[in-house]
Amino acid sequence: MVRMATAQTFLLAIGTKKGLWLATSQDRQEWSFTGPHFLMAEIPSIGIDTREGRTRIMVGVSSPHWGPTVAHSDDLGATWTEPEHGAIRFPEDTGAALERVWQIYPDAESRPGVVWAGAEPISVWKSTDGGEHFELNRGLWDHPHRSEWGAGYGGAAAHSIVVHPGGDTVHVAMSTGGVYRSLDGGTSWEARNKGISAYFMPDPNPEFGQCVHKIAADAVVDGRLYAQNHHGVYRTDNNAESWDSIAEGLPADFGFVMLAHPRRAGTAWVVPLKADGERIPPGGQLAVHRTDDAGDTWTRLDAGLPDKEYNSVLRDAASVDTAEPAGVYFGTRGGTVYASADEGGTFTEVATHLPDVLCVRAAVVAGA
Amino acid sequence: MCGRQWWPVPDISLVLPSVLQPLAGGQSVLTAPADGPVTVGKLLDSVAADYAILGRRLRDETGALRRFVNIYVGGDEVRRQQGLDTEVAPGQEVLVIQSVAGG
Repeated sequence: MVRMATAQTFLLAIGTKKGLWLATSQDRQEWSFTGPHFLMAEIPSIGIDTREGRTRIMVGVSSPHWGPTVAHSDDLGATWTEPEHGAIRFPEDTGAALERVWQIYPDAESRPGVVWAGAEPISVWKSTDGGEHFELNRGLWDHPHRSEWGAGYGGAAAHSIVVHPGGDTVHVAMSTGGVYRSLDGGTSWEARNKGISAYFMPDPNPEFGQCVHKIAADAVVDGRLYAQNHHGVYRTDNNAESWDSIAEGLPADFGFVMLAHPRRAGTAWVVPLKADGERIPPGGQLAVHRTDDAGDTWTRLDAGLPDKEYNSVLRDAASVDTAEPAGVYFGTRGGTVYASADEGGTFTEVATHLPDVLCVRAAVVAGA
Repeated sequence: MCGRQWWPVPDISLVLPSVLQPLAGGQSVLTAPADGPVTVGKLLDSVAADYAILGRRLRDETGALRRFVNIYVGGDEVRRQQGLDTEVAPGQEVLVIQSVAGG
């Protein structure tokens, strides 16, 4: 649904290594902040649920001392609630314990109570009560590949979940393991990594084991997804049966972010980083790159960004809103958050000197 | 008349750090009756039954003590004793102290 910017409130949620900040704006230029919420806890995942007119903010909270949990707020952060026994809790027979919630993903408008979560250890969860209680996806948990999945630097987690809005197809990306696809709503899963390189393995083209950093689905073209890999930027046009490189034209094929436009076919954004030795914007020059033709060409977008920036942008530290034109937001490990109200054409600095930004989510919400 | 005299058995006290006290209704000390042998694990079970979120802050869903949560019985951290099987005597204080980890 297209939402006009003039009649709406914009909500920007910034999860950092030491808490959550929330900001609202009427024009995406001036922002009013609250926070820190959950001071001294990491906020690696945020989901903003705007379905059926609600504004529910769900956050994955990870305290190094007191462990992980999921909390939600229905009043823009004035109060927070968490279920007594935890929203995400591994069943006893798994012998596992939740380490960190990496992804909170409200499903389509047509499934208004459904929220998905991705977690560490590698697992996918589904809630049918708006994110208050989640059930472990047994198909992926019991997958025969599990013993061979590995951990990236940040841990072993399912960090990306993409659900087809009109059907039963679900794509999950995990580090490390790659992309897995379910055609039956999550009952069964198959690795779908053909064409994605795993140069760090003895066989650089394995069935699974890739380190896919983020995936996103094209808003219009059925079966088209984009992937930012640990080296490599890819597109599939056949529902992940195979992937083709779209890295040509980018200053680096490494990065963590992959965003797709909320409505327009072929438009996606990445934030390239040089790797493996540096992991900073190439030459210290931070830029977002946008494609409007599904990765055939890329446009460098750096208006409003600093001349030098040596901090990286993590996989979930970027987001788009659903306004017209779409807003693009991202934060750095140096604690600066940038926002663009024109699809990346011009950025403004909306927050500085925060702790490392782990997660950014933006939405157009009612009221506020 | 000759008879046995029953003395009240002193409770066990669980002392919470300030950051966890809101999860126990603002209390800094929780008490549990020492009616029979009590281990740290049983004491934490009892805490979790009354204050479930507090229980989850101390132990994960497998029952394991969280890595940076330290519990002291008799002045010694329970990992250097019998872990969650460490026995607590009537009247003893059990201290919950967060580790000095962090950055």
